[in-house]
Amino acid sequence: MMLIACPHCGPRAHVEFAYGRTLDAVLPLDALPDAAARILYQRDNPRGLSLELWRHTFGCRSWLRVTRHTVTHEISEVIAWPPTPAPEAP
Amino acid sequence: MTRFSALGLLRAGLTGQKRWPRHWRDPEPAKAYDVVIIGGGGHGLATAYYLAKVHGVTSVAVLEKAWIGGGNTGRNTTIVRSNYRQPQLQRLLEFSLKTWETLSDDLNYNVMFSQRGAVFLGHSDADMTRLAERGDALRCAGIDAELMSRQEVGRLAPCLDLSPTARFPIHGGLIQKRGGTARHDAVAWGYARAADALGVDVIQNCEMTGFLMDGERVAGVKTSRGDIGAGRVGICVAGNSGVVAGLAGLKLPIESHLLQAFVSEPVKPMLDTVIMSQSIHAYISQSDKGEMVVGGDPDHYPTYSQRGSPHRIEDVAAQAISLIPAMSRLRMLRAWAGTTDMSFDGSPIIGPTPLDGLYLNGGWCYGGFKATPGSGRLYAHLLATGESHDIAAPFSLDRFARGATIDEAGAGPAPQDR
Repeated sequence: MMLIACPHCGPRAHVEFAYGRTLDAVLPLDALPDAAARILYQRDNPRGLSLELWRHTFGCRSWLRVTRHTVTHEISEVIAWPPTPAPEAP
Repeated sequence: MTRFSALGLLRAGLTGQKRWPRHWRDPEPAKAYDVVIIGGGGHGLATAYYLAKVHGVTSVAVLEKAWIGGGNTGRNTTIVRSNYRQPQLQRLLEFSLKTWETLSDDLNYNVMFSQRGAVFLGHSDADMTRLAERGDALRCAGIDAELMSRQEVGRLAPCLDLSPTARFPIHGGLIQKRGGTARHDAVAWGYARAADALGVDVIQNCEMTGFLMDGERVAGVKTSRGDIGAGRVGICVAGNSGVVAGLAGLKLPIESHLLQAFVSEPVKPMLDTVIMSQSIHAYISQSDKGEMVVGGDPDHYPTYSQRGSPHRIEDVAAQAISLIPAMSRLRMLRAWAGTTDMSFDGSPIIGPTPLDGLYLNGGWCYGGFKATPGSGRLYAHLLATGESHDIAAPFSLDRFARGATIDEAGAGPAPQDR
């Protein structure tokens, strides 16, 4: 069991959270087919530190960026994601 | 290789079991081989065996960083079946199941393959419709499937909770009578022994640390016991495919997750078939030692830790008890986890990589054990000829970029949601 320190709610058990994807797997809406296939399907799958997006599904429902070790499960950083408020749509 | 026989067993019994020879050699790695297989699990050892047996390629080494069969081969729930829905998977797993049926004779090693049947339970009208559709599709493909009523399920497995007020009421089931279980360690040992007898070097405690390149071509591997040249190199390390392929600079459509399984204390026979439910994702069987073997969902986040979270133990125990109430009286003996090579469509990858001389067999998600013999035969074909076998061709690595994924669950590129 991991303890994830949500920047909004404080430390909570990881069962409150859902793993979303790794940071390099975020698909820009304007990606061309080659880039889209690469982002959708190719992973570093690191055995070590990994930058991941988790969602506090059963809490504040915010997306978080979690820096986590995939062997020890040690979490070195949790920050709100995206880091600054997204600009308003025109 | 001393052949095992009933007479030999009797003789050994009368002479104090002292004359059993070792099952395979412990060779030093040679300078080069025609084929080097990275990974001494069931799939790698099977590949080596069929390379020698079917294709006559005997200059083969299987490199294992620890001991053979110590990874996912020794960490599964040993279920064997071929009742999939996608035609490509049906062909692959049925090919494998047919090989299971003659495997013990072929290897002269008892892999304890027990065709005790594998039942999918249906918990609602919608489930039963889905199972009937799957059964029809299977029978059209020449794979056995029989729809069962609630009463028939009850006669087969009286320990199930058949009451209409059950948490997951049982409306019926779909059985594949040729499905069942096998003894996982024996599969690794049997293949290692038979491959060794044909001249294959099974090299344990030999960790692969990098690739030897000849220009753009993979020409061998660096290992903890020196460099080894190879005509062709086959990756067969499901769970760590991304790590090994990463040493060649490749990124794969694979994420490593974990799946836990559990056994109870051993009890007298109470379940002589395999019970599965895809609606709640539980699978239960009883080992020949009497332990109840139970598995459930993966933990749903990337990890190489080989140890799971306690909340999943609670989930799986709750599912098992809801199906078989008597299990609430059993104590859990062990829990363990394997690293699952989660591919992005839920299907395995068998094929060439973008690098000349390097081949990949991985991405088996949580369903690799049942495919061991078939995977070995198809991968041996690829490593011997350089061409994919018909059955393996749809499982090539480039299918993702081409949009030709084989997605049994229809879940899209989401390895964590399977």
